[in-house]
Formats: sequence, C-alpha cells, structure tokens
Amino acid sequence: MVKQITNTLFDQFIADFELRSLISASAETTELHTLRETAFEQFKQIGFPNTKVEDWKYINLTPFLKEDFITEPGDELSMTRDEVIAKAKIKNLDAYSIVLVNGQYLSALSDTIPGEEISLSSLSAATNQPSFKAHFGKYIPLDKNHFAALNTALFRDGLFISIKDKAVVDKPIHIIHIVSSDNNLFLQPRHLFVMGAGAALQIVESFISGDSSAMGGAKIFVNNVSEIVLGERAKLQHYYIQTGNENTSYIHHTEIVQEAYSLYNNYKSSFPGTGLLRNNLNVSLNGEHIESHLYGLYLAGGRQLIDNHTIVDHLKPNCQSNELYKGVMKDEAVAIFNGKIFVRKGAQKTNAFQKNNNLMLSKKAVVDSKPQLEIFADDVKCSHGSTIGQFNEDALFYLKARGIGEEKAKALLIHAFAYDVTEKIPIPAVKAYINELIEEGLK
Amino acid sequence: MLIIKNLKASVEGKEILKGVNLEIKAGEVHAIMGPNGSGKSTLAAVLAGNQNYEVLAGEVTLDGNNLLEKTPEDRAREGVFLAFQYPVEIPGVSNINFLRTAMNEIRTYRNLPPMESKEFLKLVKEKQKLVEFDAALTNRSLNEGFSGGEKKRNEIFQLAMLDPKLAILDETDSGLDIDALRIVSNGVNKLRTEKNAFIIITHYQRLLDYIVPDFVHVLYNGQIVKTGGKELALELEEKGYDWLKEASKETELV
Repeated sequence: MVKQITNTLFDQFIADFELRSLISASAETTELHTLRETAFEQFKQIGFPNTKVEDWKYINLTPFLKEDFITEPGDELSMTRDEVIAKAKIKNLDAYSIVLVNGQYLSALSDTIPGEEISLSSLSAATNQPSFKAHFGKYIPLDKNHFAALNTALFRDGLFISIKDKAVVDKPIHIIHIVSSDNNLFLQPRHLFVMGAGAALQIVESFISGDSSAMGGAKIFVNNVSEIVLGERAKLQHYYIQTGNENTSYIHHTEIVQEAYSLYNNYKSSFPGTGLLRNNLNVSLNGEHIESHLYGLYLAGGRQLIDNHTIVDHLKPNCQSNELYKGVMKDEAVAIFNGKIFVRKGAQKTNAFQKNNNLMLSKKAVVDSKPQLEIFADDVKCSHGSTIGQFNEDALFYLKARGIGEEKAKALLIHAFAYDVTEKIPIPAVKAYINELIEEGLK
Repeated sequence: MLIIKNLKASVEGKEILKGVNLEIKAGEVHAIMGPNGSGKSTLAAVLAGNQNYEVLAGEVTLDGNNLLEKTPEDRAREGVFLAFQYPVEIPGVSNINFLRTAMNEIRTYRNLPPMESKEFLKLVKEKQKLVEFDAALTNRSLNEGFSGGEKKRNEIFQLAMLDPKLAILDETDSGLDIDALRIVSNGVNKLRTEKNAFIIITHYQRLLDYIVPDFVHVLYNGQIVKTGGKELALELEEKGYDWLKEASKETELV
C-alpha cells in the first residue's frame, strides 16, 4: 500500500523507530515497549493509506506527505504565556488553561487544577499510573487505522488526565494545542483521558497554529491520537475548536469508550485555514443506557480539505446516539462526511440518529456525504440522511426587503443554518466564540 | 411620493403587468382590488424588487428617485416596505436580532449611528403595544411556527418598527379571522400619518371597513381599469368584478 512518493517518509519512520524502540526498551514499561513494537509491525504492513482504501477514497495524501519532514520538534515555542493565551483565548470563559506546544505539555504555561481528584500531567509521566495501564492503547484497531498505528509506535508525548470516581471538576479545562515550527515537522501527539465512575468534566480543546509558520513557511503534519474512557455514569462535554493555517495538516483520531449510563457530548467545529483536516471520531457504546451526542460544524474555505469520519458503535441494548453535522462550503473547499452507525446483534432498543446537512456558498465547493447504517438487531429506531443545498432565495429576499444588504443577509442565513448545532453548545462563552469564528470565517 | 408610469412586468416570460399608472401622495391610502390573477401581487413584488419578476417597461419613482434601478435592500432603505402575503419562516434568526440588523442597516444608509440597545428595546416595547404583538414572539425565531395571524401581525410590527414612507400590504387580510383583522387594521390606522402612504392590496372589501382608503383602484388583466373613492369598494362587493371585465374587453376592442 505504500506509495512510491511517500517511500522517503516511510523509510524515515523505519529509522526513527529503531531509535525509538531503543529508548523505549530502556525508559518505558515493557507493556508499552511491546505495544510500540506491535503497532510498528502493523504499520509496516499497511503503510500510509492510498485512495484505494475505502476510508481514504476521497483524499489523496501524497501532496501532504511528499515533503521532507523532521520528526522531532526543535526548540520550544518562542511565545510567552500571555501571547499563547491571547491567541487561543475564549472571551468570558472561566476555565483552567492547559497549554501544549507541539504535543508537549508545558506546565509552566498552564494553570494548576487544585484538588486530589484530578491528575493531569504529560503522558510520558503517567505510564505507571493504573489508569494508563488499564486503558492505554487498548481500543483502537491498529490493522484498520494506519495513522493510529504509526502514532502508537512513535508518539513522543501528550496529555494525560485522570479523574477519580464521582469527582466533578468545577470549571472547564481549556486545552490549547499549539503547533509551531521553523522546519517542516511531522508531529505525533498522544493523549489519554480517563474518567472514573460518576465523574463529570468539561474539556474544551483549541487547535491553533503558532506564529512562526503563519507566513507560508514550514509545513506541519500532525498525526494526533486521543483515547477517552468514560466510566459508568461519567459525563463528559467535549469541545473541539479546530483552526490553523494552511500549512498545517491534521489527522485527528479520537477513540471514545463509554460504560453504562455514561454521557458523552462532542461539539466539533472547524474553520477556514488548516489545509487538511481528517477527523476520525469513534464512539463505542459499551454498556446499557448510554447517551452520545455528536455535533459538528465545518466552515470550509479556500482549498481546504475537511474530512469527518465518525463511527458510533452500539454494542449493548437501551442506548441512544444522535449525530448532527452541518457544513458551510465556500470557495473551492472539499468536505467529506462519512458517518457510520453500527447496531450490533443484541443491542435492542437502540435509538440512533444521524444527519449531515451542507450549505454550498460556491459553485466550486464539493461535498461527499456518506451516511451509513449497519443494523444487526431487530428492535431499534434508527435514521440517517444527508442534504446538500443552497441559499433559500425566498428567505434572502425577505431579509433584503427589510433593508438588510446581501452580505449581512447571507451571514444571517448561515448563522441560522449553523444554529441547529450552535444552539446545542451549553457554555455561552464557547457558543459566542464559535459564532465569532463563523463570522470571521465568512469574510 | 410614488409615481408609477406605464409599468410593464413579466414573470417566467409571461407578461402580467401591462401598463400600470398610479400616483400616490403622502398621507394617502390607496386600495388595489381585483380578481385573482389580475397582477396585484406582481405589482407589490415588482415595487419591492423581487428578482423573479422582470420589468419590461415603465418607470417608478419614489420622491423623484428611480426605484427600479435600486436593489431590494436599497428600496427598503429609501422607505419602501412590503408586508408579505406569505412571510417566510427563518429558523435560527431571532425576530429581535433580525429587526435590529434591519434597523441599523437602514440607519447606516441614512448616515445615522446604530441605535443604542436601550433605545431600541424601548421602541420594541412601544411598537409591540401599538400593534398588539405578543412580546414572547419577538424573542422567537423569525416567524418559525407562528400561526398565519401571528405572521401577519409580525409584518405589521416590523412595519411599525421600520416606519417606512410607503407601506405595501399584500393581502394582509387573507387568512385572518375577524379579531386578527381588527388588530392588524388598528395597527395600520395608528401608523397612518401625513407623511407616509399605504397601498392596501386586497381581495375583499372587508379590510376596507377598518382601513378606510382615499382611493380604490381596480386592477384587471395587468392594468388599472377603474379608480374611485371608498364607495367603489362597496360597489365591487355588491356587483363583483364581471361588469368591469366586460367594460375592459370593450375598451380593448375599441
């Protein structure tokens, strides 16, 4: 499956792994070392995906991988804490700010979360923690996930959060991921969040480009993997706010495992900038009476390539899932939506809904929308659907007839289109921030 | 204020208005009546600037300004208001935000600063009361889930807020029960001044019991075939339109 042109990078990773494996053998636990070895064997077999792989049909990765990359980030960020915070700041959001630069958790730039009930550290510092041992690398099938396999073999570091049973964190945790490099950089951050039974948490993750690559210089390819585990009755409100400049490419794999009676809400929004954004968001409903809501909003512009792949896997009876993704397409942007719902045998009384709507603002924008349902149980309620449309001319005329100019009228209608998603956002400050980003993205 | 000369317009290639002439002065209320398909709503749509209609000939001026070459938004900013026969539902746009946006766009056009929030809300309250518009509806999405009557009342509420020179009410009475009709008419009557003018497009004489017009015009087959005072409406109510159709045919033959 390896493409000729990516051979160099592939060879580079083989060399990298020899070194990484040595370091791992001496500095990491045996389990982790073995996991890396297995993952790399897997990656060597499947390589980078090409367009013949069904899940990568619409993305030709070659142009994104053909650069010479360094795989170890250089010097730390030259920005000060204030500059970092200012760049990712969400007005009126009272939160603990946690800063990661090129996948490295920087405690000096981050807030400390008080109390014993939550432990937050770099991932590398957590490998001996029981919750790391219990969950790390346990959930992503590496034979089907090329990039997750590569990440598992070669990740450097990332963030680890573990919260105890019944713990409730009083404020949202705002995780600010900044990437920044003077040289072309291939980054592989890795994160693990584990929530004990009955714990409750709000996590807002912002992805931004640092200043150094903003001027059209270095290319940054981020192969990010997050694993998130929700114990019984745990509640997680999880936000992704994805921005960045066009030299940045993201492969963003998020694997969520939910136990009985837990609630997971994901609010994902992406905006013009980032050249390539591939989100794999997979949720396993691994118990009864689970609820999962996936809300997505992508505003794509320029020549952006935005690909949202989701899997909602109903394994047990009496669960509910609801997925709504809305896309606003400008310029020559390309978006892909591929949503899969599995209802496994025995997962009776499942309610599973999925919808993808797209508003096309340009004749040159493209959307490939593929909602899929695979049902192996017979007593379920499921639906899926997708639409692709343009402005409602009657609505546009109505607004204009009240004195509202073309541009404002369109902006109002776009906000209205996005409203089904934005209204779901429970934190007002985040909602306002996302509406601002929409406004900005429309310019 | 408004002068329409020999206005001809078509929709989907079919000529609907075939030379309409009309002059409206400030302070006047003109009713335009006529059978189905005579071109009443087309006239309203053309005046508001609906792109689905093509103007073939004629001119329309508002206080001397050529209206036909202006965009719909600029016509509104110049003071033309169309109360829609079928107001559009726009989920996700709140009524209040919509009104504020409209108001400020109009003010910017007129080189006025945006209205202060406090002043705006005061005005909202005042006008809600004037046209008996339910305050709860103001905060909802624009017309979403409104009953037919509520939508029409919202049109009149917007009319009150935007305070246009020329208001065109396109079959505002259709689908209204007698109470709603009274409320809508009261609203319009309270908004009448020496400085503004109204065009009331209607099918029935009923509305004109409440909003008493200065002139009644009968539009038939794309032309105004008869003009009279308010008593013409009563005559039409009694005799229907057929006698005018006959008269119009005779004129055509001549």
